[in-house]
Amino acid sequence: MKRFWYEISESWKIAAAQMLSNKTRSTLTALGVIIGIVAVTLMGTAVNGIQAGFDKSMSVLGEDVLYVQKEPWARVNDWWNYRNRKKIETSYAEQLNRMIGAMPNSNLIIAVPATSLIQSVKHDDAVVNGIFTLGTTSDFILTSTVDCKEGRFFNEIEARDASEVCVIGYDVADALFPSGSSVGQRVTINGHPFKIVGVNNRQGTFLGLFSWDSMIVMPLPAFKKYFNTPKAESDVRVKVKDKTKLAEAKDELVGLMRRVRGLSPEAKDDFAINEQQAFKSTLDPVKNSIAIAGLFITGLSLFVGAIGIMNITFVSVKERTKEIGTRKALGARRRTILLQFLIESTALCLLGGFIGLAFAFLVCMGITRAFESFPLHLSMGLVITSMVVSVMTGLLSGFAPAWTAARLDPVTALRYE
Amino acid sequence: MDPLDSIRPHGPIVIDIENITKNYVMGEETVHALRGVSLKIHRNEYLAIMGPSGSGKSTLMNMLGCLDTPSSGRYDFSGKNVKEMDDDELAAIRNREIGFVFQTFNLLPRSTSLKNVELPLIYAGVDPDTREERAAEALRDVGLGDRLSHKPNELSGGQRQRVAIARALVNRPSIILADEPTGNLDSKTGEEIMALLETLYERGNTIILVTHESDIARHARRTVFLRDGLIESDDYAGRDREFAELSAR
Repeated sequence: MKRFWYEISESWKIAAAQMLSNKTRSTLTALGVIIGIVAVTLMGTAVNGIQAGFDKSMSVLGEDVLYVQKEPWARVNDWWNYRNRKKIETSYAEQLNRMIGAMPNSNLIIAVPATSLIQSVKHDDAVVNGIFTLGTTSDFILTSTVDCKEGRFFNEIEARDASEVCVIGYDVADALFPSGSSVGQRVTINGHPFKIVGVNNRQGTFLGLFSWDSMIVMPLPAFKKYFNTPKAESDVRVKVKDKTKLAEAKDELVGLMRRVRGLSPEAKDDFAINEQQAFKSTLDPVKNSIAIAGLFITGLSLFVGAIGIMNITFVSVKERTKEIGTRKALGARRRTILLQFLIESTALCLLGGFIGLAFAFLVCMGITRAFESFPLHLSMGLVITSMVVSVMTGLLSGFAPAWTAARLDPVTALRYE
Repeated sequence: MDPLDSIRPHGPIVIDIENITKNYVMGEETVHALRGVSLKIHRNEYLAIMGPSGSGKSTLMNMLGCLDTPSSGRYDFSGKNVKEMDDDELAAIRNREIGFVFQTFNLLPRSTSLKNVELPLIYAGVDPDTREERAAEALRDVGLGDRLSHKPNELSGGQRQRVAIARALVNRPSIILADEPTGNLDSKTGEEIMALLETLYERGNTIILVTHESDIARHARRTVFLRDGLIESDDYAGRDREFAELSAR
């Protein structure tokens, strides 16, 4: 066992000496691995970033909020069965709240109605289109995950009185009021003026998924007064007491909704209860295929690097055939020679890995500095993974040449010139 | 008392080969490099193997050095059957029992004398401190105590061969196997190396010399002459010489 460690430490020294004495060759060979590791690591950070972006976008929905809607979020193959369902009315929220209030052990806290339309928003000459305009009650803040950067959410009195007030998203504020505060200013939505009482914190957007940043929230009565069209989509959001008991809460809500809809016991549900998790599960395959395709393509460049390592190790074995013969004559066993060349190729790959990682780190920093919203995430796990990948590359690409060296016949090797 | 007794080999038998053959397949042809060689070598013998090229002396040397195994016949090294050994066992025998000295020195060019001499000790699993100590001692033994940290290209040919001899000695092997040790040296340096081998012999080492030069072979006490894969003669040339000296008294 002791001998094994001596041989290993000796092999590392030989590998280091070998790299130092063939600097150009080692650098060029390591370059292949460097490029490979940079590509794979950057792809990894991008995949991590996509994940983080998804999670962030998802968090808008809230982990502990159930959405009562006509159709489920998960993709269905029989959409026609859902299309003709009765609409979800905002008034269901009040009925639900009454029922929840009557049950002391309910898993649900509160139901909040929400109805929405896409609108254009104006201030002076500035216009922003495609703004998700939402009408709701003041209880909405209980289900929301974003705080006001400036100002406040509208209160109960404003909500009840159909006051013409609104809370706007960060991007809306940025577009209409590029300089100075927007709180207290007025915007025109569909010809009606609304006073801004609050601006939300920046939440960031990702792949065009919903974001608070391009939203406007106003009291439900005001929304109904000015934008009452059948096009408006409504839903009811229900906050759950304990997010670990989401399933029970969901069952309870189904029961309540059946009462609200007045369904007979044998009738099927004609509504859907949605939650963040269900949405995630439909997005996961997309995210995973992006990750797999990306890593496969960048993996190819690492593979090319590995071939370079294999090639140079073969050259090294050929060049040092006589040395191998001498070592064998002096008592080196097959394993010793195998280890020596495996460690040489691994050392090269590790070196390439380190440099590649350093490069990837710099590139990440640069990109993050240049484009703040670009999702890149270099995690410790990724660092460890790429080091492991480097070592594996070294071992795999070095194996064939090292095996050749180990199996050399000592007599032939000694005679080699 | 027979004066011959004092110069006949007395030690235990180290190498005992009997009727060994070695065949190589070269394309369609089979080359019979050794056709049945028998030889017993005792401890503290100084033996030269001679023969023209193609006589099989290199093959015999590879065989004796456990670099190769015979096609048929028996080979016992210190009573152990070499023919049955696998690669790792052969490596262990080479490491512990045989010290190789090559014509081209075969030093590692980028390592110092000390590191070169340490090599067999690494493969023997000796710890780093002892390794350095023993390597330095072996180098001092061959008169290179002041060249420990020199690399081969900073040494003369004779010094390089001394490093190689120190490397061969460092594991205290049963035999030293020298293949044309003076082949790459001028005659004066060659003589110095032969003098060193003589000293080693007098200290009790067993030396097997492979050469085609009779001048070099003359240093040995016993000469085995090979021709066409067979032993043509096995005579105590050196013994005769010593015998002549003894008789002359």
